[in-house]
Amino acid sequence: MSVDTAPEMSPDLEATEAVETGGLGQAILHRTLLTVGPIVIALVIAGLILVTVGVDPLAYYGYVIQRGLLSPTGIQQTLTRMAPMLFLAAGLIVAFRAGIWNLGVDGQFLLGAVTSAAAAPLLAMVMPAWLAVVIAFVMCTIVAMAWSLVPALLKAYHGVNEIITTLMMTFLGISLANVLVKLVFLDPGTTVPQTRTLPVEDRLPRLFDTTISSGLILGLIAVIAVHLMMTRTSFGLKLRVVGANPRAAVHAGLGVPWLTIGVFALSAGLAGLAGAVDVLGVQGNVRADWNPAYGLAVIPMVFLARLNGFASIAFVLLLSVLSIGGESAARRIGVPNHFTLVLIAIVLIVLAIVEYVDHRYLSARRA
Amino acid sequence: MTGLFSDVFLSALLFGAVTAAVPLLLAGLGEQMSEKAGVLNIGIEGMMIAGAYFGFLAAFSFESLWLGFAGGAAAGAVVSLVMVLLCVRLGLNQIVIGIGLTLGLEGLTALLHHVQFSRTYPRLPAADIASIPLLADIPIVGPAFFQHNPVVYLAVLLVPVMVFIYRRTQLGLNLQAAGDKPAALDIAGVDVVRTRTVAVLTTGALAGLGGAYLANVGAGIFVPFITNGAGFLGIVLAMLARGRPLWVLFGALLFGVSLSLTTALQVAGINIPTDVIQMIPFLAVMIMLVIFGRQSSLPAALGIPYERGAR
Amino acid sequence: MTSKATSAPTDRQPIVALEGVTKRFPGVVANDSVDLEIRPGEVHVLLGENGAGKSTLIGLLSGLQQPDDGRILVDGTPTAITSPRHALSLGIGTVFQHTMLVPTLTVAENLLLGGPWWQRPRKDSLRAKVDEISKSLGIAIDLDAYASELSLGEQQHVEILRALIRDSRILILDESTSMLTPSGIEELGALMRRLVERGLAIIFITHKLKEAAAFGDRISVLKLGRKVGEIAPERFRTLGEDALVSEFVELMFGKRHGDPEDEFHAPRPSIEGRPPVLSVRGLALAPTAVTPGLTDVSFDIRPGELLGVAGIDGNGQKQLAEVLAGQTPQDGGTIELDGRRVETLPVGARRDAGLRYLTDDRLGEGTVGTFPVSINFFLKQIGTAPFWKHGIEQGAAIDRRARELIREYDVRTPGPQTPVARLSGGNIQKVLLARELADGARVVIFNKPTYGLDLANTLATRKRINDIAASGKGVLLISTDLEELLGLCDRIAVMSGGAIVGTVDNGDDARPAVGRLMIGLAA
Repeated sequence: MSVDTAPEMSPDLEATEAVETGGLGQAILHRTLLTVGPIVIALVIAGLILVTVGVDPLAYYGYVIQRGLLSPTGIQQTLTRMAPMLFLAAGLIVAFRAGIWNLGVDGQFLLGAVTSAAAAPLLAMVMPAWLAVVIAFVMCTIVAMAWSLVPALLKAYHGVNEIITTLMMTFLGISLANVLVKLVFLDPGTTVPQTRTLPVEDRLPRLFDTTISSGLILGLIAVIAVHLMMTRTSFGLKLRVVGANPRAAVHAGLGVPWLTIGVFALSAGLAGLAGAVDVLGVQGNVRADWNPAYGLAVIPMVFLARLNGFASIAFVLLLSVLSIGGESAARRIGVPNHFTLVLIAIVLIVLAIVEYVDHRYLSARRA
Repeated sequence: MTGLFSDVFLSALLFGAVTAAVPLLLAGLGEQMSEKAGVLNIGIEGMMIAGAYFGFLAAFSFESLWLGFAGGAAAGAVVSLVMVLLCVRLGLNQIVIGIGLTLGLEGLTALLHHVQFSRTYPRLPAADIASIPLLADIPIVGPAFFQHNPVVYLAVLLVPVMVFIYRRTQLGLNLQAAGDKPAALDIAGVDVVRTRTVAVLTTGALAGLGGAYLANVGAGIFVPFITNGAGFLGIVLAMLARGRPLWVLFGALLFGVSLSLTTALQVAGINIPTDVIQMIPFLAVMIMLVIFGRQSSLPAALGIPYERGAR
Repeated sequence: MTSKATSAPTDRQPIVALEGVTKRFPGVVANDSVDLEIRPGEVHVLLGENGAGKSTLIGLLSGLQQPDDGRILVDGTPTAITSPRHALSLGIGTVFQHTMLVPTLTVAENLLLGGPWWQRPRKDSLRAKVDEISKSLGIAIDLDAYASELSLGEQQHVEILRALIRDSRILILDESTSMLTPSGIEELGALMRRLVERGLAIIFITHKLKEAAAFGDRISVLKLGRKVGEIAPERFRTLGEDALVSEFVELMFGKRHGDPEDEFHAPRPSIEGRPPVLSVRGLALAPTAVTPGLTDVSFDIRPGELLGVAGIDGNGQKQLAEVLAGQTPQDGGTIELDGRRVETLPVGARRDAGLRYLTDDRLGEGTVGTFPVSINFFLKQIGTAPFWKHGIEQGAAIDRRARELIREYDVRTPGPQTPVARLSGGNIQKVLLARELADGARVVIFNKPTYGLDLANTLATRKRINDIAASGKGVLLISTDLEELLGLCDRIAVMSGGAIVGTVDNGDDARPAVGRLMIGLAA
């Protein structure tokens, strides 16, 4: 069974519709409303939930913004946190535009993280740090790609629904990562179960005088590169054809099975790189039972951005602010950062509803 | 230190397997009905965890296990109502909404639990057992299969009920038509939306009940994310069972065995790390999907919202 | 074609009447103030070309849509038909053009759909009722067969039976003959006669003038959403078939002579003695659960020759086209294009060599609806120069060539950037034509090219097909429209059960010969 991406959110249709209905200015206003609207509505609904558990929503949101965006340390942490999320966004855009629901990103992330955490400290002992990091990146990409192979083959040659297979691989991946951390790559030098730590001086360099990891730059490059590839190259167009109309892809002679495997590999590889960027840039190691689960949280952001690379950057920033601010709020106000997950989920659902309402209203207007 | 294949080990293994299988069975049967009718219910994990939390809350607050089960089923049904309104009625993308519901409810239940119980982490008393006379006395198999909470027997009885519904009632025909060719059902004068609504609400109630059982009986406590993929396993079971409720039962037992291996092995005195054991059920799933995946037949109209007279 | 019964009681009270009924969709008025009366004991033909608004009227009568203006009267009382269930309860039964049976249920289960949900399906009382009705109508129904196992004609019988079981007083038949053999069409005509003699009212929708003349008692002619004329039974009986056809033509198209679909095509240069441009030997494909296979298919097409493929839909025609184009790998046999073996080449390579395939499924397979017209022109050439250089899209080159093609093939579109799904069916067809015919075509395979098009586009497409053959290319024309094949082709092959059961030279006795082949008698 092949599943199209949310049909209401076709990026190509939006682009052409924008120019046709009433000029560019009105199109931009319309698009802004459709994007900001769901966020605002979600904030309100989530705020109501806060009220029911006895927390002042305005105080909470204010604290989150203050801590995540406005304070100097906070904004640096936010920008650093963006790095893995940008890679994840890139991976999700590739998959979704090609009509593939790669929900295995969290598993691919963790395995990429573990691979780089295991490899880098050992490599750094025998070669210059920069080379160790590069090789670690390559290794983690290969591991993450391999992790997507089974779902890719099942989908490409037997049409097995990839939602289920990738989800299962995520659960499997989380457990496998734990096994690897606790049993195989355990650091003998500490009592806390974790992998060997990569010394700070060997990690990804910081930007200028800040604490922002240069992973941010890599992430931006990844997202922009993916965007340009999808919109300007023949390979990207082939992927989009497969995503928009798989039967037309067969009719046009595109090698759909190979393209499918390619999409999985690309998407998984980017997710794995997200894990590596986080470990090699910030964490330095992987602790047991560590699973930040950024992957699924990025999904609504990517939809908000209508699968556009540049817009994704803005929404990933938003998510990062919420994430950093939320963690801080968990310590200070006592609202666990599970709340961020709730907020993100509400955004996703409200976005779908708003799109529907707009679709009904817009098509009625065109009559 | 008793070894593998001792009576104690086998009994513990089978008992644990049944306990672990019940939530999977309920989720699988529920998802099977949804899918038969043409709705791909990814939100089932959210329905289960909602059932787990609210079922636990009800059992704890009212000190009644049965109210707990009722509360869990109700919670699951309420969540599925969202799916009905948005996907079946309005036609929004079933996968997007499903992911949203799952993420949202996992977060919400974790949040609520933290607010209410994070300091105390209360446990429920052990669940009542209803022994089936005579059968419970059979060595090994007796205690494993016939000394369970009554909900377990209810869940198993649900299997022939489902078979009966699918094969011998008009409702069963309606469900199959709704999944294979909804236009034909519409033309025959049956409300497609209502048929699918019935299916999805049933799924929600069953999934919620399964979650409540998991928390109240299986674990005796609620912890955030306790379902850990049980709902998704239910989807796998429904996919592989090809429309046959009996196969959902077999699959659930199979996965139940792999899930209960941890405790059983500990009882047997064998120490394999928990994380390795935890991989086994999902490994089993992937192997099943690789072997049987291509033959999983799904209804033709699965995932496609029905629009009368769509142009 | 059969003749009609000579006596029919007139001036009976209409069962259903439409008064000033109007239905609008975004951008089009599908029905414009239509008045209609359906009387018992009459075959009332709704005649009009594709796009005239016939299907919309059926939707209104069967409860799928509601009118925007005007009213519908049932037995003299204004009634809103709110749902298919309601329509059925009023006695209106519909047999749609595309079968409405659930393939995974048996015939009996399909017929029982719609009963109260808690009941056990009442198979025994159904059996009794079915036996009684089918005997009196002279049709045979196997209640225990799965709907997917039936032929299209048999499925139609089941749907007619379903309407009768529900005690329908009006039976609506929507383009029911498009899937039948010539003899099957005659049988349907006779069945309609028997039903009408029982007092039923039949609404027979068609765009075929000859069928309207043969089967109707009363005709209402629709054009662009309006009813432009009606011929009452008295007048109907006095006119012969040719006179009737002329009258239809005048109503539908203004002053012309004869059925416009009988258009004469300019003769093409002789094709004798030239080596074939396409040569197929022993093509084989294994059948699957849902598609028929191919068995030992062999034929030649010479440059300038138009070979037609006739046959009931679903007998392997689509599979033949897909195997030739390279979409489906064959299980045996050879394909030679200009003497060169191509059966191992992928779609793109065959296309480059000159083998082109115009699919019948324009939006489902032929194009990507959300993509602009310009990209759709080059969907089969993604990555090739000059439109892509080193894999990078060259927007200016694409745009320039797209505009040229739009002009050349008269594609009506706001611009090359318009999403192709916005275009009308005829214009989407032109996009496909432009794509497959431009630059280097040697053999073109057409699958049901005029299906669903209005008359102007139908005629233009047929002329283009004729011109392509005249210019020296080979043409394979797959069609369920026998008139179309007889009007254009040099030879007609008939497919049945995945094999070619015979090939007929086009001529005066081609029609009956093809008809015999289609039902399994040797030519």
